[in-house]
Amino acid sequence: MSAPQNLSSAHKLLRLSTADNVLVATTQVEAGLASINGGGVIEVISPVTLGHKIAARPITRGEKIIKYGVPIGSATTDIAAGDHVHIHNMKSDYTPTHALSETAAGDR
Amino acid sequence: MRGYLRSDGRKGIRNHVVVAYLVECAHHVAREIATPLRGQGAQVIGFPGCYPNAYAQQMMERLCTHPNVGAVLLVSLGCESFNRFQLAKTISDSGRPVETIVIQRSGGTRSSIASGREWVASQIDALAAAETVPMDVSELIVGTVCGGSDGTSGLTGNPAVGLAFDRLVASGAACIFEETGELIGCEGIMADRAKTPELAVELRRSVEKAASYYATLGYGSFAAGNAEGGLSSIEEKSMGAYAKSGSSQIAGLIKPGDIPPRGGLYLMDVVPDGEVRFGFPNINDTAEIVEMMASGAHMTLFVTARGSVVGSAISPVIKVCANPETYERMADDMDVNAGRVLSGTPLSELGDEIFDLTLAVASGAPTKSEELGHAEFILTYKSFEPIGPACLPR
Repeated sequence: MSAPQNLSSAHKLLRLSTADNVLVATTQVEAGLASINGGGVIEVISPVTLGHKIAARPITRGEKIIKYGVPIGSATTDIAAGDHVHIHNMKSDYTPTHALSETAAGDR
Repeated sequence: MRGYLRSDGRKGIRNHVVVAYLVECAHHVAREIATPLRGQGAQVIGFPGCYPNAYAQQMMERLCTHPNVGAVLLVSLGCESFNRFQLAKTISDSGRPVETIVIQRSGGTRSSIASGREWVASQIDALAAAETVPMDVSELIVGTVCGGSDGTSGLTGNPAVGLAFDRLVASGAACIFEETGELIGCEGIMADRAKTPELAVELRRSVEKAASYYATLGYGSFAAGNAEGGLSSIEEKSMGAYAKSGSSQIAGLIKPGDIPPRGGLYLMDVVPDGEVRFGFPNINDTAEIVEMMASGAHMTLFVTARGSVVGSAISPVIKVCANPETYERMADDMDVNAGRVLSGTPLSELGDEIFDLTLAVASGAPTKSEELGHAEFILTYKSFEPIGPACLPR
């Protein structure tokens, strides 16, 4: 797996592996154009907080969510590029994920 | 670096007097004995259950003879099932002073507290004169756990600890990572790092056991705060947690209470063997730290992102904060601000900082949680089979 060696605060999203279909927010990210560490920009359609994921491209229902170059679960619905990827539209392929509905969207 | 030499050849980086309750009914008396003396090194550990359990017995024997422990007071109610005689003999055989107070035979609460405090105070005085001997990095055992993880953990704190682990292992230290329930999905890449093919099979089996155990329980090792911080599945959490192990070859698989026989990187299998009994494998982060200590860990590198505040009895906890926003809110509780990686600090710089801090704490520098008086402890029921011969290849 790859971990970032050097990051610049100029970028708000991080692609951990070239195979990934999600990007990670390295700060709070508002809707609109956001730059990606390593190059490129993407139109973010739902704002996310630090550590949350954004779809790097359209993802279809049932497709594996790829982060760190490995599957971390499956999409439970079609996901648009730039949308928030989280427990409302993906699930573990092992055990159900426990969350509190009051906090799951992030600590804004 | 200097340590306290014990009769088994191990060396301690602290010299605590432990007050150990042997059933919850004796907990209050033990706590009252230790409270006025805790600033001088008195610490409380114990087992709450009244039914016997071989795992708990072994854990208490390992903890009471941990190299960071100089003397032990056992506090028994008197009618519990815990074998206090065997525990006292194990401690005595290790060359440590040990005393047992049985509350039912010592006039009850008030006189038990009084006589316990007197004994602990006398031991603290005696230990103050203890000599130290030179100690090398290669004599250290360092554990790592993560708790309150979020989407930053796998980007900053966990890989930074992995780099520190690589340096410690290269220096000859024994390093332990754990929570097989948080390595689900990583079993393949982890097995590729095993010293032998037979060990690779054991590593895979340990994670498969964890996946099956948690599936039966209906929950993964996953808390609500993990989701709040952007983690969506146990596999995603696992990939972040796995980064703590660094990139060294995996030298062995141990279970709680097994002490690494030599330097190298070890995985601790924390999920009980056999059918699901006694509930969740580790009910919180402290249970993980306690098992690290039972396997001889002198200290634990604890990566947190949502913001854990815990320390530990017996072995210092170094808190590595993965999330820069959390660090700003809770700097007093954190030893390392690993979230700086997200604003451009090279990961290697954080790895070096954690390595240096590990040696400083081993040399006596207090951690944030030690300064704040954190000395959490918990021990519950489990059952394990002994590890097989393939787990510790030479």
